[in-house]
Amino acid sequence: MAHNMKKPRTLAQKNELWAYAFLCVPIIFYVVVRFYPTLYAFYLSFTDWDIVSRDMDFIGLENYFRLMGDSVFVKTLGNTIRYVVFGLPISMFLGFLLAYHINYLNRGADLYKTIYFMPYITSMVAAAWVWRWLFQPPPVGVFNNILTALNLPSQPFLRSTTQAPFAVLVTTVWADLGFQMIIFLAGLKGISEQYYEAARIDGASNMQQLQKITLPLLKPTIVFLVITGTIRYLRIFTQVMNMSTQGDGGPLNSTKPLVLYIYDTAFRSFEMGYSATMTVALFCIILIVTLIQMRITRSEDT
Amino acid sequence: MKIRKLHILTHILLITFGLAMLFPFFWMIATSFKQGRAVFNLSLIPTAPTTANYVRLMTSGHFSRWFINSLICGILVTFSVLFFDSLVGYTFAKYKFRGKKLIFLLILSTMMIPTEMLVIPWYIMANNLKWANTYWGIIFPGLMSGFGTFLMRQFFDGLPNDLIDAGRIDGLNEFSIWVRVCMPLVKAALSALAIFSFVGNWNAFLWPLIISDEITKYTLPVGLSFFNGEFQTEWEMVMAGASVATIPVLVLYLIFQKQIIKGIALTGVKG
Repeated sequence: MAHNMKKPRTLAQKNELWAYAFLCVPIIFYVVVRFYPTLYAFYLSFTDWDIVSRDMDFIGLENYFRLMGDSVFVKTLGNTIRYVVFGLPISMFLGFLLAYHINYLNRGADLYKTIYFMPYITSMVAAAWVWRWLFQPPPVGVFNNILTALNLPSQPFLRSTTQAPFAVLVTTVWADLGFQMIIFLAGLKGISEQYYEAARIDGASNMQQLQKITLPLLKPTIVFLVITGTIRYLRIFTQVMNMSTQGDGGPLNSTKPLVLYIYDTAFRSFEMGYSATMTVALFCIILIVTLIQMRITRSEDT
Repeated sequence: MKIRKLHILTHILLITFGLAMLFPFFWMIATSFKQGRAVFNLSLIPTAPTTANYVRLMTSGHFSRWFINSLICGILVTFSVLFFDSLVGYTFAKYKFRGKKLIFLLILSTMMIPTEMLVIPWYIMANNLKWANTYWGIIFPGLMSGFGTFLMRQFFDGLPNDLIDAGRIDGLNEFSIWVRVCMPLVKAALSALAIFSFVGNWNAFLWPLIISDEITKYTLPVGLSFFNGEFQTEWEMVMAGASVATIPVLVLYLIFQKQIIKGIALTGVKG
């Protein structure tokens, strides 16, 4: 320690320097690749930049006013909300149903987990192609072939404005419910067996145990899944782009989600400013959803 | 007796549902081994199975190139994420320093920013720096992640501080303590994070779609999404392509099942 005489540093100070040394590259990364782009997106949302022209004109709130009168925006927002409102509860219900049953199995649990989880890790583009093929019109599509074999009328599926959103939902729920199942399983494993033993001594039925013990104790898990799921479903994009024939969320915008409209506006019409405005809107929706979650989980703790 | 009956019913429910979940995979794989009119046949087992689709896929068009691009990007991102996320996670778990809470909060808050909002600025940045159509351009946004940092901090938090002190007494510097003492003890977490980042990157679509416009620079998902152009919707080729895109992650999943489930479950429990 003698050579340290000149600049006496305590271990704590030394460690503080090490900590900053470890963090300097990551901090630069987060500033340059996360925070600066976020602010830049906000800035772009107040400009009419169209990528072709050199200058970015600051136009104030004009894009935001345009947003409110944009019928395609309203339509795609409606479609997105429809995916959240119908897709999420169905995939959560199925995820819970599966987790609930897998949880008290002695044998085969791992096999079932693998089967249900597989779609979640599958490439959404690959999955979208497979489902797109299943939904093709006769004589190509598998579902229509099956319908024909059963002497039932064939269906237009992806070519119908009423059936196509449903086809997208089926694909999405299929891909997503494995995630809900795994999280529900973790939640169920966290409930102490003693609660159930006590309930059984009191003569509670399975249904009563589910209502009085399982579901109330799963509340944090359910809140987590509702919020993360809402965010995931708000961002639906890949499956719709790859399932619609022109990659445009058709027919007639019936399946087009918000993110696909954002993509089209930026990278097909090159209206960067207006597209950025829509990403800000998406960000605000996600922020509100997240704040609600923090509120609920906080009141849970106290 | 009653319990046994219930279990049989449970298995029936789970098997029925499982078959429905696997149905698209069955068709995908079965069709990828069929050719000609057999493609539209409803039989699950090809009568004359052939690997010709796979051979054609890998030798004609750009498929093998896309596969290699995805592999390279996936591996580079995974190594970067493993290194930086565990370093940052470790720092937040084991060091005291000024601004710690604020910096951690800021890093976590990046999880809330949707990629969709960042892609337009990234696109402008990458174009200005001539990063379009390069591996670096594809991977730079994903080199670190708030999620991975959070995950690694949870695991490093569980290590006893005595270990680090013992390392210090042995004369190791702080970097060596992290690499040689602590990293080997969080292998399970590292493999979970490795799988997450590889699978996530392998399946990433939006950003690679935006940043690459040369067909030879596509990643696998981007290439697949333009299959219409490459193979004129020959469904047996599309299914072979989808299978090749799916099989690597499935194999990874089967090998690291336990870690993946543990890692995902941990994120859920902690919120």
